[in-house]
Amino acid sequence: MRRIPPNLELWVVLAVALFVIVVFPSLNAFTADGSWWHVSNFTISVYGKYLCYAMLAISVDLLWGYTGLLSLGQALFFALGGYMMGMYLMRMIGDLGQYHQPIPDFLVFLGWSTLPAFWKPFGSFPFAMLMAVLLPGVLSGIFGYLAFRSRIRGVYFAILTQALTYAACLLFFRNSLLLGGNNGFTDFKFILGHDIREAATKRGLFVCTGIALLLVYLGCKWLTTTKFGKIQRAIRDSENRVMFSGYSTANFKLFIFILASLIAALAGVLYVPQVGIINPSEMSPDKSLEAVVWVAVGGRGTLVGPIIGAFAVNAMKSWATRAYPDLWLIFLGTMFIIVTVFMPKGIVGLPAQLCSAYKDFHAKKPKPAPALSPTAAEIQPVKPE
Amino acid sequence: MNPTAKQFVLMLEGVNKTFDGFKAISDLNFYMDEGELRTIIGPNGAGKSTMMDIITGRTKPDTGKVEFGKDTDLTSMNVPEINRLGIGRKFQTPSVYIHHTVFENLLLSLKGPRGVFVSLFARTTSEQRDRIGAVLKIIGLADKADSLAGLLSHGQKQWLEIGMLLAQEPKLLLVDEPAAGMSDEETHKTGELLLSLEGKHSIIVIEHDMTFVRQIARKVTVLHQGHVLCEGTVDEVQNDERVKEVYLGRKKKH
Repeated sequence: MRRIPPNLELWVVLAVALFVIVVFPSLNAFTADGSWWHVSNFTISVYGKYLCYAMLAISVDLLWGYTGLLSLGQALFFALGGYMMGMYLMRMIGDLGQYHQPIPDFLVFLGWSTLPAFWKPFGSFPFAMLMAVLLPGVLSGIFGYLAFRSRIRGVYFAILTQALTYAACLLFFRNSLLLGGNNGFTDFKFILGHDIREAATKRGLFVCTGIALLLVYLGCKWLTTTKFGKIQRAIRDSENRVMFSGYSTANFKLFIFILASLIAALAGVLYVPQVGIINPSEMSPDKSLEAVVWVAVGGRGTLVGPIIGAFAVNAMKSWATRAYPDLWLIFLGTMFIIVTVFMPKGIVGLPAQLCSAYKDFHAKKPKPAPALSPTAAEIQPVKPE
Repeated sequence: MNPTAKQFVLMLEGVNKTFDGFKAISDLNFYMDEGELRTIIGPNGAGKSTMMDIITGRTKPDTGKVEFGKDTDLTSMNVPEINRLGIGRKFQTPSVYIHHTVFENLLLSLKGPRGVFVSLFARTTSEQRDRIGAVLKIIGLADKADSLAGLLSHGQKQWLEIGMLLAQEPKLLLVDEPAAGMSDEETHKTGELLLSLEGKHSIIVIEHDMTFVRQIARKVTVLHQGHVLCEGTVDEVQNDERVKEVYLGRKKKH
């Protein structure tokens, strides 16, 4: 899929990344509050959140756009990563909570006076990060192994992943899981010894997220150029042919499913300290669906598409939920329909689409009879499985 | 085993397969020599595709033996494993990777390691390029190497898929209706392509088009209701009373 010259895309991404990682935080740190180029703390935390969403969108696209697997479970892995980070942050509150006890407030509320055993190691940041990798990795590994072994594909795969997410969501709502029930975790105070509410800490988290997104982008970019990436897209276009060429497609799908779950978990890890809260609503099925809409709007089967889509849709959400709070879901649904019907290649594919429409329009006037031969991209819409 | 028995490349013995009470394959016996070009014909529902599915591991037979070469039991293996033994299959509708170039289509098909981690660090060697070049020449798509497979004509896609099979260097090729939807000229060209492969590979061709069958056929097997009705040359088969009956329904035996 060469809609954009590959090198041009890379340079643009690197330039934007430089701006996001270096210039943007500098404008927050070194300019006076109130000057016109000042970036406020609020803006930093909002865009930091969008960067996490962009990472989540890439994980959806890696499965949906590149492998033809529509997963509605990415919000689960995102939330699991977030919960692991949240447990560490809860431990860092120490006895500064409402009840001034050395254990998290909700546990005091539930009648606990000492820390449950499984909470203890989460005082260690490396342990929490290890769990943020292991838990989503093992869960996606087991689920993927069973699903791909049984050759579950297409809409059935989407339904199963959604069911898994919903089941986990219900589980996390229970107080007896000792993970905060429906309130989840909030009121964080410190991360790695820094005050989480300070501008410098927020800036640091923003820069980390920017770097993480850039690395995820470059890693996925590399992956698409390898033979693995070619096989991945071949599975999307004709899984039978790949199987009948001697490749165990189940193993390839499992690998990409685990990788995507880890990217989603990383996004969740970075998301929680920036928004300051994690609760089970983050893994409700509509969160996964929203991520799918970001990808569709931005452009499926590309790597910049999900990033653009995540920013565009969420910026619109921020505006619409303030201006027309009741209409947001209708906006979202309408947008999804419009994009699916009229812009199958999303925002990224729009220039090429407009260009060929413009050519068609002008070609018709001088000589009406012969239709212009369609471009490669036009003949080949991304085929859904 | 009978020591005088010939070494078959493929052998199906006493194979049965029932789908929801419908007997798709019934007591099927089929033997094929190394290097043979065999054509299978039969009316719709005769079990041709089910037979292909059984050989390639897509369907497991209820009973019976399916052996490849010297005592390799195929019934316990899955699709990719059977393919890696050297059995290539071409589907009736062309299935190529439409978003990949013709070159990449062949590259992914080339014989070689098939593992996930190997594929992450695989590089295209000059031997592989030469091999792909040779296949492109055989299938007559040398000037299309860099175009997207999705932009090829129907006939070219069919040839590309045959090329993808050749790139796997299979011992046995299963080709399902290669001439379906082709023009007369394309059909003829396809026939010549298959004939040129005779001897280098063992080939099974399923076909409906009798002109095409006449062009390529050496030995013809007629399938009917899941078992072999008769075998022989095209003329023998066409003059066989039972075959006429099956195809034309001349008389009914009770």
